[in-house]
Amino acid sequence: MSENSGRGDGDSGLPAPAPDQSPETAAFWEATAEDRLLVRGCADCGAAFHPPRAICPECHSDETEWIEASGRGTVYTYSVMRQNHGPFGEAVPYVLAFVELEEGPRVLTNVVGVDVEDVEIGQEVRVTFDDTGEDAKLPRFTPV
Amino acid sequence: MTTDTSAAIAGAYEHPTRDAPEKSTPQLHAEVARGALDDAGLTFDDVDGFFTAGTPSWLLSLVDHLGLSGLSYYDSTDVGGSSYVAHVGHAAAAIAAGKCEVALVTLAGRPRQEQLSPLSDGPEVPFEESFGPSAVGLYALAARRHMHEYGTTPEQLAEIRVAASTHAQHNPDAMYQEPVTVEDVVNSRPVADPLGLLDCCVITDGGGAVVVVSPEVAADLDRECPTVEGQAEAAKHVEGGHLDVTYTAAVESGPRAFAEAGIDHDDVDYASIYDSFTITVLETIEDLGFCAKGEGGAFVEGGTLQAPDGDLPFNTDGGGLCNNHPGNRGGMTKIIEAVRQLRGEANDPVQVPDCEVAIAHGTGGSIGTRMGSCTLVLGADR
Repeated sequence: MSENSGRGDGDSGLPAPAPDQSPETAAFWEATAEDRLLVRGCADCGAAFHPPRAICPECHSDETEWIEASGRGTVYTYSVMRQNHGPFGEAVPYVLAFVELEEGPRVLTNVVGVDVEDVEIGQEVRVTFDDTGEDAKLPRFTPV
Repeated sequence: MTTDTSAAIAGAYEHPTRDAPEKSTPQLHAEVARGALDDAGLTFDDVDGFFTAGTPSWLLSLVDHLGLSGLSYYDSTDVGGSSYVAHVGHAAAAIAAGKCEVALVTLAGRPRQEQLSPLSDGPEVPFEESFGPSAVGLYALAARRHMHEYGTTPEQLAEIRVAASTHAQHNPDAMYQEPVTVEDVVNSRPVADPLGLLDCCVITDGGGAVVVVSPEVAADLDRECPTVEGQAEAAKHVEGGHLDVTYTAAVESGPRAFAEAGIDHDDVDYASIYDSFTITVLETIEDLGFCAKGEGGAFVEGGTLQAPDGDLPFNTDGGGLCNNHPGNRGGMTKIIEAVRQLRGEANDPVQVPDCEVAIAHGTGGSIGTRMGSCTLVLGADR
């Protein structure tokens, strides 16, 4: 893994529900348990994509493979969530965002470890993992 | 236009309720079905095509509950709130193919009473729901990026709510009938920055229905039957993580529907534009080509959307923002208000004079992730 990968530096304070896994996605979640972020790439066309899947959504080759992501990226867009239902409703305000990974894909996530008023588009962030308690962690991001 | 060969909308009915604790959702389907058939001068026995989506999720449950018999065609395509705009196109195609002659399309829902089922149980869910999105939160992601790239302002988005509220004051059934100002909107309680409470549509119980018929059936009815001149749909998604949230699939559905109808933007007298949130309208106006990409903010300033004198009168019933968004699905009421305008039956102060061409545009799913756009072009029956 890259030396830039985030460490599991802990609990952001946001809810961390355990994700449903499938045969297509189990390796992704297993890696998160080791504080590693993967994206799926295509050996034929070179596309990197997210969420992961077995057949490339670009060229439809089945020659796809896991790529170790650096864990670095920038904020593509974000919203400060002031209202929601359920456990996330208890956690407001928090930041919902698309982070553009160095490898290309924009992933839906949260920006944590920062005052919600200080998040901005273009901000450099790195991954940090929140433990779900069930052999999977949620990849969230925090300013570099 | 080829009105002599087009399917037509013979009946349209919007349920007057906005809060229905004492009714069931299937009951609301039955009430709106009867309302639309009565409006057309048709009966349940005339129906040979049925289209619905949402709740209840199984089409045959409703076929049973409504007592429909003799169906030769049905379709439960579910693309969220845009479903009903898709259904009208599918019904017109089925009628043109000789599969049915009288197609009933119904919507009902009670989100004020019960938690509605999620739209999707798809493979994206663990990669999205784990991070606490919401409907408004995902649209807010689009609004923020649009502001960043094009300089769109909260005040410009607010103009859309102001126009809708100006129209809603003339609709006695509208959920919110009080006109609001730009200041009211930008100062409303933040929900998901940069969108506030008044950037969001209402949450209402209720429903609506339309009846799409063959030209032969329309010719025998005593009712003005606006014709289906063009319809197109398109899907847009996250593209493996390479998404751009500043535009919608209307960039595809709009031009195809306009070409099918043989119309240009100048021909459009009235536009029903899906308004789940103010940003939905802004991006759609750009994507349909009423202005260049990124210029929607300037376009909506100065009363452009206000009936009857604005250049593009929109959502004259008050829209989803102020009138009604039954079952969290706004496509049906978009069609119904377009039919009213083409019949000259909109509320007097907002009736567009000599309304000959109207569009109804639906947006389903989320412009922040994956969505379906449906554009319908209707012509007056004259």
